[in-house]
Amino acid sequence: MQTERRVISVVVLNEHGVLSRISGLFAGRGYNIESLTVAPIPSGEYSHISIVTIGSAKVLEQIVKQLHKLIPVLKVIDHEREKTIEKELALAKFPISESLSDIDALCRAYNGKIANVGEDFIVAMVADEPDRVGNFLKAIKKYNPKEIVRSGVVAMER
Amino acid sequence: MELNGSQMIVEALRAEGVKTVFGYPGGAVLNLYDELYKQKYFEHILTRHEQAAVHAADGYARASGKVGVAIVTSGPGFTNAVTGIATAHTDSIPLVIISGQVAAALIGTDAFQEIDAVGISRPCTKHNFLVKSISELPLILKEAFYIARSGRPGPVHIDIPKDITAEIGQFNYPSEITMKTYKPTIKGNPRQIQKAAQAIRESSQPVFYAGGGVMLSNAVKETRSLVELTGVPLVETLMARGTLAAGDPNLLGMVGMHGSYAANMAVSEADLLIALGARFDDRVTGRLGEFAKHAKIIHIDVDPSSIGKIVEADYPIVGDLKIALGDLYAQLSEKFDKNRLSDWRSRLSNYAAIYPLGYDDEGDAIKPQWVVEEVGKALGSKAVITTDVGQHQMWAAQYYPFDGANRWITSGGLGTMGYGFPAALGAKKARPEATVVNFTGDGSILMNIQELTTASANNIAVINVVLNNNYLGMVRQWQTFFYDNRISHTDLSAQPDFVKLAEAFGAFGARAAKKEEFLEAFNAAIASGKTAILDVAIDRDENVLPMVPTGGALYNMILDYKE
Ligand SMILES: Cc1ncc(C[n+]2csc(CCOP(=O)(O)OP(=O)(O)O)c2C)c(N)n1
Repeated sequence: MQTERRVISVVVLNEHGVLSRISGLFAGRGYNIESLTVAPIPSGEYSHISIVTIGSAKVLEQIVKQLHKLIPVLKVIDHEREKTIEKELALAKFPISESLSDIDALCRAYNGKIANVGEDFIVAMVADEPDRVGNFLKAIKKYNPKEIVRSGVVAMER
Repeated sequence: MELNGSQMIVEALRAEGVKTVFGYPGGAVLNLYDELYKQKYFEHILTRHEQAAVHAADGYARASGKVGVAIVTSGPGFTNAVTGIATAHTDSIPLVIISGQVAAALIGTDAFQEIDAVGISRPCTKHNFLVKSISELPLILKEAFYIARSGRPGPVHIDIPKDITAEIGQFNYPSEITMKTYKPTIKGNPRQIQKAAQAIRESSQPVFYAGGGVMLSNAVKETRSLVELTGVPLVETLMARGTLAAGDPNLLGMVGMHGSYAANMAVSEADLLIALGARFDDRVTGRLGEFAKHAKIIHIDVDPSSIGKIVEADYPIVGDLKIALGDLYAQLSEKFDKNRLSDWRSRLSNYAAIYPLGYDDEGDAIKPQWVVEEVGKALGSKAVITTDVGQHQMWAAQYYPFDGANRWITSGGLGTMGYGFPAALGAKKARPEATVVNFTGDGSILMNIQELTTASANNIAVINVVLNNNYLGMVRQWQTFFYDNRISHTDLSAQPDFVKLAEAFGAFGARAAKKEEFLEAFNAAIASGKTAILDVAIDRDENVLPMVPTGGALYNMILDYKE
């Protein structure tokens, strides 16, 4: 069966155990989680969860319905690709000996900058569409990154 | 009003109109039990195992249509309860389970009898709560009952740290609540219902497929009216037995793995399948690709995730079945030409006539089907019938004359051996006027036999009919059919003396190996006024037929089996 990638936003009551309810639903029913990002919505009792998942149309439909069925879930938004802004953050650490100016230029091209310069390492940061973050991570390979961290996607309708 | 946590629980149960609570005490619920000692609103029945407390609450809920309540302690008390909770979850039974937890300050320290109870119950409850402060307890109690009984019902678990059951707080129990994040859809979409009605008018080979939702939404009357109006024949899942009265000409029987030939053929040949609160369980559908493959599907269910999960619905209707059926009736009552279906109906009666349910009752040995039929003749459809899990369950489902809701109580979704007897005790508490019979097997009855004490101590009289084949019969049947008769670990020839066992627990016991003996024993059991165990020696090698092998198409039934 044909599978597709989908970004789903879930607005949940910001209460004890709610994240494990969500992740437990995915684990228990065998759904994929590619990334999951969560943070409280400012000045409120809710949190916003962005989930990137992969599945057939039928599975994706079930994911949305099952998420909706959870008692603390207020809203489930099944994002249409064209109408959605997706952003992801990545941090990468390089030896100080690598070319600072090259890395800096690369970062700028991907909506980022050098975030920190230490004695032995520099840390670069980019925030961009997930595909572009992927490209950035490919492009920096030749500068010998020592460590890379990706945040997972946050999404919002245009 | 200022109350401590235990008093709040007692007051909430009173406010919810709870009459009977089942439970088992321990350290973490000592404060609560102290409060139970003082209160007079409801009765507490002490079971002898937590699993049984939950099954009893479940039987109570199914027989009464109300929310069942069970109380257990932390750690092993809670883990013992899990099978009961999961059983109720799978069959969408409204329960509130209250468990004790170690004191809040000790949570996460691996304290004595600590277990992550909400972590364990999360996948097998409709919802659960860990109470973190006394101030949230009243609302949690209210929400628990509301969630358990509304929408698609189910068990709700509340885990309460011991110190909170002693702490004092404000108690203002809300009489009504609305929850921002939980709003079940009650009324089906009118346009969808209109379209569904049109589809029914246009179809020439329609079938109603009734599931447990008919019982849960109390929609037996509405279903019957619609069947009466349209003349559309109906098949029942295991959970929907009694939707139509036994013998109703519109009833084709049970559908699925052990369904009747007529029911399974009707679904296979239908051009329109109208699913009423049914969830397309694999034991019903058989091989999915072949299931109702000529049919358009109308699917009415209160749970949107049930619709389209297994089978794509052409006419999905989300809403309470009782209300949706009323709306559908209004749409169809104008003009429905019943005569249009006469060809279809006569084809189906022909199927019913060529392969009726039946068994060979020639030899000396008692046939289990005969036992079920005799109990049916003696008690009729007013009795409450519970079962355990296995062949006896299927024979009871096939041969008992059901009529109406809340009288057929069985673990359909999870298939829990050990369910029947405690569920029977709960059902008897809910319906003291009814005779309650538990059809069970020699394997199943041993899984909660200790509840004979609960029955004796509380004068709860139910009759356990043990259809004793000296086998884990249903598993033996599969070994016979599909594993070339290799009887691996299903021979139960080593048996306790069930009569002595019953007597040792203060119950009535009798044995029967001949038909007259069974009738005598059965009458004596009723006359005894006690809980009874009737050990009935049945034909060892009897099989449940028809049978659709797992993964087979519904229309390919084993109708007769000869070695
Ligand atoms: C708790 C539990 N364990 C195992 C099973 C698997 N199982 C299904 S039917 C069955 C045999 C039941 O035997 P018995 O109670 O004697 O009934 P019979 O089939 O002989 O009527 C078993 C072991 C189950 N359903 N539940």
